Amino acid sequence: MRTGQPNQPTGGTASELLRISELRVDFATEHGWANVLGGVSLDIHDGEIVGLVGESGSGKTVTGLSILGLVPSPPGRTSGGHIWLHDEDLTEVAEPRLRQIRGNEISMIFQEPMTSLNPAFTVGDQISETFRRHRRASRKQGTQRAVEVLDLVGIPNAATRVHAYPHEFSGGMRQRAMIAMALCCDPRLIIADEPTTALDVTVQSQILDLLRSMRAEIGTGILFITHDLGVVAELCDRVVVMYGGEVVETAPVHDLFQLPRHPYTEGLLSAMPQLGSRTAKLASIPGHTPEPWAMPNGCRFGPRCTYHQESCSESPVALESAGTERQARCARLAELNLRGAS
Amino acid sequence: MLLLIARRLLVTIPLLILVSFLIYSLIALVPGDPAVTLAGQDPTPEQIAAAREELGLTDPFIVQYWHWLVNAVQLDFGASLFNSEPVASAIAARLPATLSLTVLALLIAILLGVAAGTLAGLRPGSWIDRVATFSASVGVAVPYFWVGMILVLLFAIQTPLFPAIGYVPIGDGVLTWASHLILPATALAIAPAAVIARQTRAAVANVMTEDYVRTAEAKGLPRSRVVGKHALKNAALPVVTVFGIEANRLIGGTVVIEQLFAIPGVGQLAFTSVFSRDMPMVQGVLLTTAVLILLINLLVDVSYGYFNPRVRQL
Amino acid sequence: MSDHAIEHPQAPGLRRFLRRFRTNRTALVAAVVLALVTIISLSAPLLAPYSLHEIDVPNRLSGPTPEHWLGTDSLGRDTLSRLMYAGQVSLAAAGLAVAIAIVLGVPLGLLAGYRGGVLDWLLGRGADVLMTFPAVVLAMAIIAATGPGLTNAMIALGVVYSPRLFRVVRSATLSVRQETYVEASISIGTPALSIIARRILPNVLSPLLVQISLMLAAALLAEAALSLLGLGVVPPTPSWGGLLGVGFTEIRTTPLLVWLPGIAIAITTLSFNLIGDGLRDALGRETRKGD
Repeated sequence: MRTGQPNQPTGGTASELLRISELRVDFATEHGWANVLGGVSLDIHDGEIVGLVGESGSGKTVTGLSILGLVPSPPGRTSGGHIWLHDEDLTEVAEPRLRQIRGNEISMIFQEPMTSLNPAFTVGDQISETFRRHRRASRKQGTQRAVEVLDLVGIPNAATRVHAYPHEFSGGMRQRAMIAMALCCDPRLIIADEPTTALDVTVQSQILDLLRSMRAEIGTGILFITHDLGVVAELCDRVVVMYGGEVVETAPVHDLFQLPRHPYTEGLLSAMPQLGSRTAKLASIPGHTPEPWAMPNGCRFGPRCTYHQESCSESPVALESAGTERQARCARLAELNLRGAS
Repeated sequence: MLLLIARRLLVTIPLLILVSFLIYSLIALVPGDPAVTLAGQDPTPEQIAAAREELGLTDPFIVQYWHWLVNAVQLDFGASLFNSEPVASAIAARLPATLSLTVLALLIAILLGVAAGTLAGLRPGSWIDRVATFSASVGVAVPYFWVGMILVLLFAIQTPLFPAIGYVPIGDGVLTWASHLILPATALAIAPAAVIARQTRAAVANVMTEDYVRTAEAKGLPRSRVVGKHALKNAALPVVTVFGIEANRLIGGTVVIEQLFAIPGVGQLAFTSVFSRDMPMVQGVLLTTAVLILLINLLVDVSYGYFNPRVRQL
Repeated sequence: MSDHAIEHPQAPGLRRFLRRFRTNRTALVAAVVLALVTIISLSAPLLAPYSLHEIDVPNRLSGPTPEHWLGTDSLGRDTLSRLMYAGQVSLAAAGLAVAIAIVLGVPLGLLAGYRGGVLDWLLGRGADVLMTFPAVVLAMAIIAATGPGLTNAMIALGVVYSPRLFRVVRSATLSVRQETYVEASISIGTPALSIIARRILPNVLSPLLVQISLMLAAALLAEAALSLLGLGVVPPTPSWGGLLGVGFTEIRTTPLLVWLPGIAIAITTLSFNLIGDGLRDALGRETRKGD
């Protein structure tokens, strides 16, 4: 079992890269403290690509930001749980150590390539400064490294483009540059927060190819945050599905698509546009993600669930084993027979 | 970048010509006949005619302006109506004092304003922010000349730390030069510092929520670099804009401050020549001021190109 | 208030704007302070303990005493009374300068924004030229040509400030002018004056109010600076700037004569500024909502 071992005090096996256990994050709102992450647990192994899936508001981005300690505070605060990077607890380490880890051991790629690069500095400078910061390298070595990684991510004429400003790059090239920046210190883990959402479909698949080959060549683990199960199917080894600040299901990609064990996952799968089918009808899950200050009692997905019973709302539902290497958080786990993707 | 400067110059020069025309036209506002003034007491009609000829007043107005402009371009603004001192040399002699005062005041304003504004903008709503915001409101409202007087009272009379009046050229020692200028420069700097602080606060608070600041944090850069490099360069544009406006106002303030602190600068020259209605001198001072301000505006425009790379290509 | 609104249905923006302004506590306090300063100054003949020129020679340069709450000046004149009378002059002078700026800037701004074209371009360059100079310096130059005195100084200031109002009015006019309903109104032949009065003026009013409030503060400061130099209000008429100039000569013996007029100016400009900021905030939310 890879996920949901909340009381394990230290990091696990040799190949385990990152383990989040029972992470709780609250946000101050006008309604008081709202629980945004209600005990999230997941882990990533070396060279593994894990998809973190959910609608907006499910807490997937906050989970990603938490790993690097980037949840804005105020209003956010971590109120419990651990994030183990090997045997270091990132929720405990001091800020200077966290800044050594960021961009070096763990780096992050954001959703908006248009606004995530600083318009006032050249692309090369923004890559090279990361390298210089973590490798104590000279300006020249920094630029050299920038050219290398830009070349690696497939920017043509990297040696000249290194001196270009972000506005001289297209959206796809900017995202490549962001990936280059994330790669420049050979991190063990890359957190990619919806890196392809803002891009058009052709560029999107190029970026996915790029991430795949990065994993193959460098062996970087990737936490791929997305709301798009299609992308997950293409790219990931394992999937973690989040809803309302909780992990509701986790499984190897193939198993999840074939046989979802949580009604929410089933809903997501049926909402996927079917490739090749002409009469593709887009089902969507009725209702909205609950606001963090108004979480339903018991199962958080209850109000939107087709299989909802009164008993579902009585007490919080635990994440339970649901077969080999998989878990689900459903009170009716044993009785339900859910439909996978066809 | 050179193209940007060239294009800005193309805008500035016609403006300067219009400005010079306005300056020359002021003569037309003078009641009475300048020739009568020049001709001395109880002039004969012949003396007046001679004076008129000498002043070139027989030509049409636009021709008179042309002559004046041609001379002005060669730095010949005529001579004082009162002591016949060439206007250009009078201004040149007084320029160092005014430039010293202006540059020092602008430096104080930038350092104070950017520091206070950044501290406030990084923590909107904190006590630092509230103190800075309140101080800025007061700083904008207090009359700079009054601040000058109070500074003299506090730091020259009640606690004699600095001289109350006078000016010493920088060649006579940087310390004495600075000690004479510190009070007047601070008086001039308060209001611009307050305006710059407000603008910096707003810009920094705004920029800190930008995605690229989060990117910089995610790269593991130290806080000082995240703020000092990534945030401030982007926050600079609106700040530079108000800097240009405030520099303009500050230069106006030198007239009063030089008078209060007995600094022999262009501002004092402006005052004495306005008081004695010495129009050639007034015109020379105005033109000097306009050139100085257009130069600052040019620098501000060109700095946009540095702070925002997109401007360079337009 | 509400009866009033029914008669002017075309200006709901302005009313909402003023209502927003009323919720701004700082600006409201500033408005009350300003009203107090104005009332006290205007009722100087009734309230002032002494007349303007009454001298009390034995008590020259006295500090605060029961007879002279804020002391006396070098001629033994009562400072409190003179501050109150000076307030009249300073406020009136600032008001005059701004009134002149309005008379010049607003119609020209409407014209330039409404007509556009060469006229707009010419007026715009004229404004550029005037705004090249620091206000005080240009006002001084005009005074050099026309001679010192309160009226000349304030006309000069009004001229110098007019481009600021011109620009605000012009750009507000231009943006309303390009609204579809105004274009339509013009195309069916509604007279220009009627369009300006009904459609454009109400929309120009809010940004104009902001600018006027801030300009009153600037004019008060500029008047004080000019009077301090002896180019504005000339003695024996007192103005706050003039009192400051005279007080400065006594700074070593009676610093109170410097403190008081300065504080009077600062409180008044601060009030104008805070009111202006409050108006701007009210306006800011308004425009953002419209976007």
